[in-house]
Amino acid sequence: MSATLRSFDVTVIREDFPILKQQVHGKPLVFLDSAASAQKPRAVIDAMRHVMEAQYANVHRGLHYMSEKTSDAFEAVRDKVAAFINAASRDEIVFTRNATESINLVAYTWGRTALRPGDAVAVSEMEHHANLVPWQMLRDAHGTDLRIIKITDAGEIDFDSLEQVFADGKVKLLAVTQMSNVLGSYTPVERLAKFAHERGAKILVDGCQAIVHRHVDVQAIGADFYAFSGHKLYGPTGIGVLYGKRELLEAMPPFMGGGEMIGHVTYEKSTWAKPPFRFEAGTPAIIETIGLGAAIDYVRGIGFEAIAAHEHELTEHALATLGNIEGVNIIGHAQDRGGVISFTMRHAHPHDIATLLDRQGIAVRAGHHCAEPLMGRMGVTGTARASFGMYTTPEEIDALAKGLLRIKQVFA
Amino acid sequence: MSDPYQALIVERHKHPLHAGRPAQFDAEGEGANPICGDKVHVYLRRAGMDVHYEAQGCAILSASADLMADAVAGKTAEQIAQLSRDFETLLTTGRENPALGGLNALAGLAAYSSRIRCATLPWSALAEALHHV
Repeated sequence: MSATLRSFDVTVIREDFPILKQQVHGKPLVFLDSAASAQKPRAVIDAMRHVMEAQYANVHRGLHYMSEKTSDAFEAVRDKVAAFINAASRDEIVFTRNATESINLVAYTWGRTALRPGDAVAVSEMEHHANLVPWQMLRDAHGTDLRIIKITDAGEIDFDSLEQVFADGKVKLLAVTQMSNVLGSYTPVERLAKFAHERGAKILVDGCQAIVHRHVDVQAIGADFYAFSGHKLYGPTGIGVLYGKRELLEAMPPFMGGGEMIGHVTYEKSTWAKPPFRFEAGTPAIIETIGLGAAIDYVRGIGFEAIAAHEHELTEHALATLGNIEGVNIIGHAQDRGGVISFTMRHAHPHDIATLLDRQGIAVRAGHHCAEPLMGRMGVTGTARASFGMYTTPEEIDALAKGLLRIKQVFA
Repeated sequence: MSDPYQALIVERHKHPLHAGRPAQFDAEGEGANPICGDKVHVYLRRAGMDVHYEAQGCAILSASADLMADAVAGKTAEQIAQLSRDFETLLTTGRENPALGGLNALAGLAAYSSRIRCATLPWSALAEALHHV
């Protein structure tokens, strides 16, 4: 698809996503769980099918036509990703399985070499487990400290707490989400990067949620590391990205050993390939990477300006509509927020809400959303969560509201 | 597919017959689901297999606990073990079983494998209590 911007029409967009025509329990599917994983446009499905049907072999190894062609298509995605997030070089783009693996890679390699016991990593109270647990594991294995930056009741980074956490100069990494998968809050990552850099720390940004909704420029942010997953960006599962500044990647040891990541191997020892290949041991997710390339083309074809405007309207509509239902409590009220809305409902447990909505064809998520400590921080054991994609319509939000009113009647 | 929120489920969730901590009991047991944080605490009086409970969780959990207390009253430990097995079969197959009485109201959960644990949690807690008797 060309990168020419199309004028945004959600009914046209929906035609691109075959699954949206499905029915669930005899009702039209209302899919409000895109923050967990987004649906796939035809362009992604076709690109992946095309690889398997017409242009497939292992990459970077074969000296034959199919391998050459597949390697070209695979490596072209690295260029696409670099352009998509405005990396200074394609060599700063490492393909991983998902954002979780990207963060673990940094914790395991950079964390164990650039950090010394006694150095600290700081994360916020609203991190996904993927940006908390790897740092706990690093702490336990390597003797680093782990510090938690408080958030406000609205769900924004508390800058007083940030100052305190950094006060003794021991924090060497700020690892923070760009958008909470629970509260929908965006964080001011440019300001946070500047803050960290002024104090001699690096910043890792978990961009899993944010990159789906707004244009990301890693250089403008000042990110040292940036992680995201393909499957939330309308691409396939099994492919994620780690962006790392070249000088950081070059100083890092490998994550896993095997084929592709080596320079030279003898029975005694091996030397490592240069980044990004140093971090890509084994046959990569070739088909999925090409699928990610198609997803990026698709998203760029629609354009973030149009996507953001549509999702902003949806979010405003949802906050007003759900906020009007007596007994519904929306968790998190950040000023800068997107289409991820967590809520609780009086007399109805989040799991009951999710199952009862499912009976009406409406898919939402319920539970702790892989952010268990945040639940305690917000004073709940779990929430129901509705999250939007570019294909979500205001009518679907109305269907959700209607569904909640019915649930309210059931439990009244 | 039968509705997992039949009237009996909602009724027992809203107006339970066996909820609360009794003044006297012989044994107790706890069931907790770390995935959702839901908990149920079961109190057992051996005479007549009189079961009470305190539940913190969803409607399925509390209704299942309440219907369990109905089902096990007056039964022997062996009969309860059999009921528990039959109940698990009901939840996995969705096929009603006359021996289960009111518990059949939970048959609809067979379509929601992620929710089955909500219904079996009180039974785990009861098994623990029985173990201590």
